Amino acid sequence: MRVQEKIQMSKSEKKQENKGNSGEQVLTEINTIARNTYDDIIGKKLPQLSVPLRSLQNVSYDPKVGYFELLGKFKERTLTASTVKTFAQTLKMMALSKELVKTDDIATKREAYYVSKNWGEARFHEQPESDTVMDDIEAMLMVNREQMGFIPEEKGGDVSGKLIVIDKDTETGKDIEIDCTKFGSGAYSVPSNVENLKFDTDAEFVLAIETAGMYQRLVKHAFWKKSNCIIISMGGVPTRACRRFLRRLSDEKNIPVYGFTDCDPYGIANIYRTLKVGSGNSAHINKYFCVPKAKFLGVTPQDIIDYKLPTHPLKEIDIKRTQDAFKNDPFIQHYPQWQKALKLLLTLKKRAEQQALAAQGLNYVITHYLPEKLAHPEKFLP
Amino acid sequence: MAEKQQKINAEPESKKDSTVSSSQDTSSIAISMGEKQREISISEFFAKNKHLLGFDNKRRSLLTTIKEAVDNSLDACEEAGILPEISVDIIEISTDHYRIIIEDNGPGIVKKQIPFIFAKLLYGSKFHKLSQTRGQQGIGISAAVMYAQLTTGRPAKITSKTGQNKEAHYYELQIDTQKNTPKIIKGEVVNWEPNHGTKIELDIEATYQKGDQSVDQYLKETAIVNPHVTIIYTNPKAEQIIFTRATDIMPEKPKEIKPHPYGVELGVLAMMAKNTEARTLQSFLTNEFSRVGPGTAKEICENASLMPNMKPKEMAREHIEMLIHGIRKTKIISPPTDCISPITPDLLEKGLKKEINAEYYATVTRTPSVYSGNPFVIEAGIAYGGQQQADGSINVLRFANRVPLLYEQGACAFTKSIIQTNWRSYGLNQSRGSVPQGPVAVVLHIASVWVPFTSESKEAVAHYPEIIKEVKLALQEVGRKLASYIHKKRRVGEELKKRGYIEKYIPHVAEALKELINLKDFEVRNVESQLKELLEKQRGKIEKVEAENEEFDEDFANIGKDDSDEESDEGSGENSDE
Repeated sequence: MRVQEKIQMSKSEKKQENKGNSGEQVLTEINTIARNTYDDIIGKKLPQLSVPLRSLQNVSYDPKVGYFELLGKFKERTLTASTVKTFAQTLKMMALSKELVKTDDIATKREAYYVSKNWGEARFHEQPESDTVMDDIEAMLMVNREQMGFIPEEKGGDVSGKLIVIDKDTETGKDIEIDCTKFGSGAYSVPSNVENLKFDTDAEFVLAIETAGMYQRLVKHAFWKKSNCIIISMGGVPTRACRRFLRRLSDEKNIPVYGFTDCDPYGIANIYRTLKVGSGNSAHINKYFCVPKAKFLGVTPQDIIDYKLPTHPLKEIDIKRTQDAFKNDPFIQHYPQWQKALKLLLTLKKRAEQQALAAQGLNYVITHYLPEKLAHPEKFLP
Repeated sequence: MAEKQQKINAEPESKKDSTVSSSQDTSSIAISMGEKQREISISEFFAKNKHLLGFDNKRRSLLTTIKEAVDNSLDACEEAGILPEISVDIIEISTDHYRIIIEDNGPGIVKKQIPFIFAKLLYGSKFHKLSQTRGQQGIGISAAVMYAQLTTGRPAKITSKTGQNKEAHYYELQIDTQKNTPKIIKGEVVNWEPNHGTKIELDIEATYQKGDQSVDQYLKETAIVNPHVTIIYTNPKAEQIIFTRATDIMPEKPKEIKPHPYGVELGVLAMMAKNTEARTLQSFLTNEFSRVGPGTAKEICENASLMPNMKPKEMAREHIEMLIHGIRKTKIISPPTDCISPITPDLLEKGLKKEINAEYYATVTRTPSVYSGNPFVIEAGIAYGGQQQADGSINVLRFANRVPLLYEQGACAFTKSIIQTNWRSYGLNQSRGSVPQGPVAVVLHIASVWVPFTSESKEAVAHYPEIIKEVKLALQEVGRKLASYIHKKRRVGEELKKRGYIEKYIPHVAEALKELINLKDFEVRNVESQLKELLEKQRGKIEKVEAENEEFDEDFANIGKDDSDEESDEGSGENSDE
């Protein structure tokens, strides 16, 4: 049985050399942690797991580096009566990861949650519990969860415009070219793993859009054709795949990436900030999963005034989020421009959505707003 | 209509006329008023004030009658140093008519006193002395005789014997309601077996019903706080319940004390001065009061501007008033407090355990304190959890000089003190201005040479600030003990839960390690046993919280409960088992 497994494993290793290497690294790490735990227990010592603290408190920002870096605060999870359940779950989850890597299989986060249903008393009751344990292991091993065999359900994002994606046929392994101008009113969908994609483009910039509604309008009127660009719908906070996709475009093709979100604390301090420098929660992988060269096109607080946009009052949570950003977010703390913009937002006590531009005419955004903005990229917020 | 209005308008005018009218008119009114003014007969007074005496309805009348008789019997036995054995029989004669027979093994009553004790209101030995007794005013038993007479017309039948070689006297008595004197229907010497004791038989109008405020409840609670008493009780359904004494030790005999000057009011002081045998004010003060020595007496006289050698019998009203002022100005040490005999925390807890099956008990006896010159002691007990209902107000058991108080809870100083205590800090729910809620019974006892009641029915303690303060301090003391128990219980509960975790999840840790580094079976077992040892060593020893209540007596606890209550209790018991 074990021999058979090994043969299968070596086959899959050959098939995907790239993944095999990182897979080997994951297996070694997992083995080391498990071995240390066992040795501690037999040596009458309470075992410990050391997990990097995953929050904004444990990151720093330096524009030269370009992304949130871990500060190196760890939480030591000692095996005690109160942590024994989580401890067992963490080890079980690591065993699942080991199995996935060995057999070159994948499990979605949801599937991993369902696998735990076989763990008896140690099973998870809700998916957020298993997601947290998974994130902890990821941070502990300092790898990307895809390397551990776990993939998210969420889609990466929709893409249209002046871009040819070179992917491989899943059966034959031959290169195939996907022309993102040829999707009509539809779109190319970013896959969950973008490491093996190659790109061909002469676009002048990439527009990363928060809402699907705005994206639809720009596709409908082929904005990318007029402006020679690529447009991507992020659908809220961009997924890791979407961030990685944009990062590779930005790095390898040297195209500027412009963020275009609602003008509210969430659009600025969550969506755009995560796109540019990553998040506190996944600080251990920010290095690869953010776009340090991105700039912010709009909608800016100043736009509310300049374009006389219809607004809604700031909600309680918006105000709290902004104050939180001032206090804890190293990115906002680094840029006076952003502090000024957010302060203006607090003074106005208003927020405006991207689609509020429709008040000036449905296509005002295409005919006036974007062209006016794009004429002065030097005015974009960092 | 118009006519009537005129009349009304006319009336005040005529009244005005009469008030300003000549002196002849006034005197004629005084004469007509004088015709109406006469001595109020004792029966009339009784009929109008029976609620004050505890005879306001048929059910309560039954309780009051029995209570007065039993209280007297217990007082008599204890004063004579006899372990009390009392039998209480209630026999249904016809609808709403009951015969009550109460017999004790007390010292008996001398022949010439029998008619006065039972058939003259406001006659007794206890009113004029200060000592911790159940009866106080000398109204109780004669009021019951009066009630019997008014409702059934039957005389009270008394048998009493003072010793083995003495004659037993039998009386049939009624009260002359005009003169408040005994009317002897029959008086003879009879053969009566007991060596000594007193037996009273009364026919009264009453209703018998179990439940709160019933005779059964009263006798049960009496047994709880008087563990030296045996009561043999036969109810109208011919069910006999015997409350056997739990101890042969009599409570310490309360000492009689003289009144303390601070507790004496003008009228009483005047009466005492008139009746004293002392020839001088100085000796009156030193002889008739406690805590007054020659020095203090001299100081009082000085402060009152009265001569120490003046004759007390010749003191006029203004002299008495001056004396009161003098007393108030003088610093006099508090009355002696060794005259009070509390139940003691141990016996209180024992009694509580018998009645209530709880998981935790705490009791306290406060040090003596003084209100208006009268020493008193407050005792409090608390029973938490167990079989008690968690929703609804807490159960309050009130006692005064070892007598259960079953009525007028709302008017009682005990209730006020409970409401004013902040129970939330002791882990109970309590909304502002009300009694707390939770699975709790609170017992309160006041022992005093003179318990101040709100009325003659003696069911509610009066609201003296000193008493309320002491009760609150006692409640706080047991409350703090309760809080620390609840806290400890919670802590241990969490501890047990965590221990459960250890048992539950260790196998999963071992199994995961087995999958991760291909452990062999014996290695897996090693991991499990090592981990268990490690974690349990880390947690240390576990405290034991809940103790079995071996004193609880279920049959006893059910005495006095409504029959319907019992059924529903059983029902809920079954549910909780599931």
